[in-house]
Amino acid sequence: MQVRIANVNKRYVGMAALDDVSLNVEPGELVALLGPSGSGKTTLLRTIAGLEIPDSGQIFFNDEDASDGRIQDRGVGFVFQHYALFKHMRVFDNVAFGLRARPGKTRPKESEIKRRVLELLDLVQLSGLEKRFPTQLSGGQRQRVALARALAIEPKVLLLDEPFGALDARVRKDLRRWLREIHERTGHTTLFVTHDQEEALELADRVVVMNKGRIEQSASPDEIYDHPRTPFVFSFIGESSVIPVTIGNGRAWLDERPLDIEIGGLSDGPAQLYLRPEDIVVTEEAPGIPGLVVSTRRIGGMRRVSIECGLARHRIEFDAPAETPIANSQRVMIRVTGGTVFGSAEEGYESERLAASETSNFKWKKA
Amino acid sequence: MTKHRRHTPVGEGPVTRFILLTLMVLFLGFILIAPLLVVFVEAVSKGLGVFVTALAMPDTIAALQLTLLVAAIAVPANLVFGVAAAWTVAKFDFKGKAFLLTLIDLPFAVSPVVSGLVFVLLFGANSLIGPWLTDNGIRILFAVPGIVIATIFITFPFIARELIPLMQQQGNSEEEAALSLGASGWRTFFLVTLPNVKWGLLYGVLLCNARAMGEFGAVSVVSGHIRGLTNTLPLHIEILYNDNKAAAAFAVASLLAALALVTLGLKTLLEVRYSGELAASRRNH
Repeated sequence: MQVRIANVNKRYVGMAALDDVSLNVEPGELVALLGPSGSGKTTLLRTIAGLEIPDSGQIFFNDEDASDGRIQDRGVGFVFQHYALFKHMRVFDNVAFGLRARPGKTRPKESEIKRRVLELLDLVQLSGLEKRFPTQLSGGQRQRVALARALAIEPKVLLLDEPFGALDARVRKDLRRWLREIHERTGHTTLFVTHDQEEALELADRVVVMNKGRIEQSASPDEIYDHPRTPFVFSFIGESSVIPVTIGNGRAWLDERPLDIEIGGLSDGPAQLYLRPEDIVVTEEAPGIPGLVVSTRRIGGMRRVSIECGLARHRIEFDAPAETPIANSQRVMIRVTGGTVFGSAEEGYESERLAASETSNFKWKKA
Repeated sequence: MTKHRRHTPVGEGPVTRFILLTLMVLFLGFILIAPLLVVFVEAVSKGLGVFVTALAMPDTIAALQLTLLVAAIAVPANLVFGVAAAWTVAKFDFKGKAFLLTLIDLPFAVSPVVSGLVFVLLFGANSLIGPWLTDNGIRILFAVPGIVIATIFITFPFIARELIPLMQQQGNSEEEAALSLGASGWRTFFLVTLPNVKWGLLYGVLLCNARAMGEFGAVSVVSGHIRGLTNTLPLHIEILYNDNKAAAAFAVASLLAALALVTLGLKTLLEVRYSGELAASRRNH
């Protein structure tokens, strides 16, 4: 089942939740909708499900316009962030709910329902728990019941809203791998919402990065990480440092020093250089950029170094091999080996960094 | 060490606790328990014979029947209205929601006597529709329909008030899940929404029932006090008392009090059950 979203708009009071969003999801694709809170990712998912009505625009399932269809007729399996299991029903009845709700002719016999439910519980590895109530299950188990319940109606599209958001880190990782396996086995066209970039990059065939109701970039995980199209994507995905540079004579300049990087088609004037921690090396030889080490800390096999460089003492973070002899207050020379320059008019992901500190790279910035 | 552990951080010292407890026991004793005991003691003070005679009076039996009839109509009516109102308020966003909430509370805020008078003005001979009602032989005032309408008005908030916070707390996601699984609106309501609020609903029904049987003010205004026809138990008690038939009045009062006590007992039973359910539903989030 192909899902096509065409120019969908949705406004809440004074705020655009979806701003002219268009997106194609190919049959069998596993797509992550990634963005900070308030970026419109959940609204988009709910719009596809029919839980929200768009102000304008259309949703197509294959070539069929589903925009005006009732939610019951869409055949979407929706998994809610907080599971939304029916509290008063046992696991079995939760999973059987969708099959029993079918109109007379298409409703399977109770024996058939039983077979299907037990099969699904086996798929989500919950065999033997069918008599339990949701309150007697752990968070991860509840989420799996919710998935089995959504799969029971043989959905055309599977939609998951922050499926692992409420689970602890360890369970989350297990379920992630397991969801990928289920997807490969069942082949449903799947969209899931997450604010966790690691989850999106690891799990999805394609990542759709959203910001302020718009799609910033829609591409494969590699493409998103290696070639972010906007400052927002660059700074939201992975770790990054930003320093202001000047474009002139076809080069980028930090203060008076030329930088050895691609500038794309940018015209002369101020610009922003976005750097990954691996885009910087410490060098002995000139010409380098002098900097002052303000902190170092050990992260796994690497040493994360913060330096201040340039006249305005911009803070840059980079990774150096753990054995590099670097101490606080030391003066070093660095060389920029990569990074992307964006025009200064474009906005990165700055102001909301605190909100996303749980998953991304919080650090102090000079205003 | 062990001595200190007995105090919770917000707890008071033993002296304060003793004084507070004593005050409360005295207060409850004088204001609540003593009057209730007096009702039953007075009821049998002139002997069991008077007690039984008072209860067996045709007027008493008629009043009891009318009270049960009114409750039997008013409670189901408010069950439907209350669930509908709670559903509307809790599950939808619309303009004037705050106003609707205030409106639901109106019967609590207005004195029952005033409510009764409002209905007299609405259906009385001098009202807009009064003459039309008379011409068509429809009696509302000083008849059972008036009593039922007044009782429904007075007891309207009980069920809605009980359900609104419960439904708001539970949110919409289970309903959304049911709809996305293909269930119709009615199926969703009966299989998902209703079971989730059943204990709260029963609780509301019991409170509503207790008030419906005991309502005096509004019913007194619209009933016309026709013995054997439009007297409910509370009105009947007042008439007996005013006729200086204190023993008979207390006998009937004890009957009404007994009805209330049964309701109260059921309510307590539900509360035990209901708190467990609520805790369980919270754990799920």
